[in-house]
Amino acid sequence: MREIKADDITKTIANLFKHSCHYLPQDVLTALKQAREKEKSEVARDVLDKILENCEIAAKEQIPLCQDTGAAVVMLELGQEVHIVGNDLYAAVNEGVRQGYANGYLRKSIVRQPFSERINTRDNTPAMIYTDIVPGNKLKITVMPKGGGSENMSRLTVVAPAQGRQGIIDFVVNRVDEAGSNPCPPVIVGIGIGGTTEKTMMLAKKALLRKVGEPNRDAEIAELEKDILKRVNNLGIGAMGYGGTITALAVHIETFPCHIASLPVAVNMQCWCARHEDAIL
Amino acid sequence: MAQVKKVRLPLTNETLKELRAGDNLLLSGVMYVGRDAAHKRLVEAMEQGKPLPIDIKGLTIYFMGPSPARPGRPIGSAGPTTSGRMDAYSPRLIAEGLKGMIGKGLRSKAVKDAMVKYKAVYLGAIGGAGALISKSIKKAEVVAYEELGAEALRRLEVEDFPVTVINDIYGGDLYEEGKAQYRVKE
Ligand code: SF4
Repeated sequence: MREIKADDITKTIANLFKHSCHYLPQDVLTALKQAREKEKSEVARDVLDKILENCEIAAKEQIPLCQDTGAAVVMLELGQEVHIVGNDLYAAVNEGVRQGYANGYLRKSIVRQPFSERINTRDNTPAMIYTDIVPGNKLKITVMPKGGGSENMSRLTVVAPAQGRQGIIDFVVNRVDEAGSNPCPPVIVGIGIGGTTEKTMMLAKKALLRKVGEPNRDAEIAELEKDILKRVNNLGIGAMGYGGTITALAVHIETFPCHIASLPVAVNMQCWCARHEDAIL
Repeated sequence: MAQVKKVRLPLTNETLKELRAGDNLLLSGVMYVGRDAAHKRLVEAMEQGKPLPIDIKGLTIYFMGPSPARPGRPIGSAGPTTSGRMDAYSPRLIAEGLKGMIGKGLRSKAVKDAMVKYKAVYLGAIGGAGALISKSIKKAEVVAYEELGAEALRRLEVEDFPVTVINDIYGGDLYEEGKAQYRVKE
């Protein structure tokens, strides 16, 4: 057994949220720069220039990249040989969110009762926490401040297995088309295929954590990613929906075996402001 | 690229006549900030015939909920929120004299019709560019509904605040036109 102090988890979470709301991952920045080079519309290029300038200002002046610093999504990969001491694991995570959002001047965007009172919890808790138990004696923490604008454009469906590949393409492309300018394009389209419905949406969300544009290791899936990306960029939505040739920076697909009667498909939409960061304790 | 036009707020009918979908503008002057919760209260007050905390006539409203300001700064990150959530309230405010709306994302047909009928425009700010946009905000103060926190009604003084005209008073729509121009038929 290896001991990890709950306090260290709290501190790590606080720092990860603060940092990720001011600095985009390098691969996201690179993808935005490449989009700036490839984009054919002058209007959209101007938008991408301003987006890149925004990233510089955020880092230099410590102003959050986007005012929507998200719901606090936290994914944990907990080694089965780890023993957490000093506090409950989830209490430690929520305390980290509380501290990070307060000290980092991040916006608190969580309401307690979702459909009527909608009163702000004022500290951005509770976090959305997902835990996988894995072999080993380490704890990997991934944080993802997830904005409402893009999350609201996410969808889940179950297509008939007979519709197969084409059914998936049609659903995803339609979804991006209908979302239009709402999720702050250029977007990253996270897609989950297979599993049961709740599993499918998790696959779609985890697909967003992959390095931008890195293809799936399975050749057939990678081919589908390429085909969907082409179709999505042919929509013409462009940066911020002002019209252009780059609507998505990438399409990432994750799959899982599923029931003989099912073919669930989920789209989790990620805006250009694709904030996420991880640490290993 | 079309030249960037400098525009003074409040917007007048004369200014609105010159604006076309796709124009890039730099706004200077006074605008107000509100999201769904503040919109709901404004429209409820109007319906009950109660006095409003601000005059709607000639107003430009920015759909935004900022992050907290660091000490010594007027505001935190300050980019637009999704405008569609204001669709239920905007036609009523436009009929009352609202001239400008700033946000991001699609608007309903009812809002677009009201803009043509009563002469108002929808301006797009770059979603997610909250740090960049905050640089053009010189002063911010809460004027009503303070208890709503990030959603309170605020008054902003801005200088060279960057926006793009999405919907003009002639029915022009950048989202439609831009997409049509770059759409590749399969
Ligand atoms: S969709 Fe993303 S970039 Fe746009 S406002 Fe929301 S969090 Fe910010």
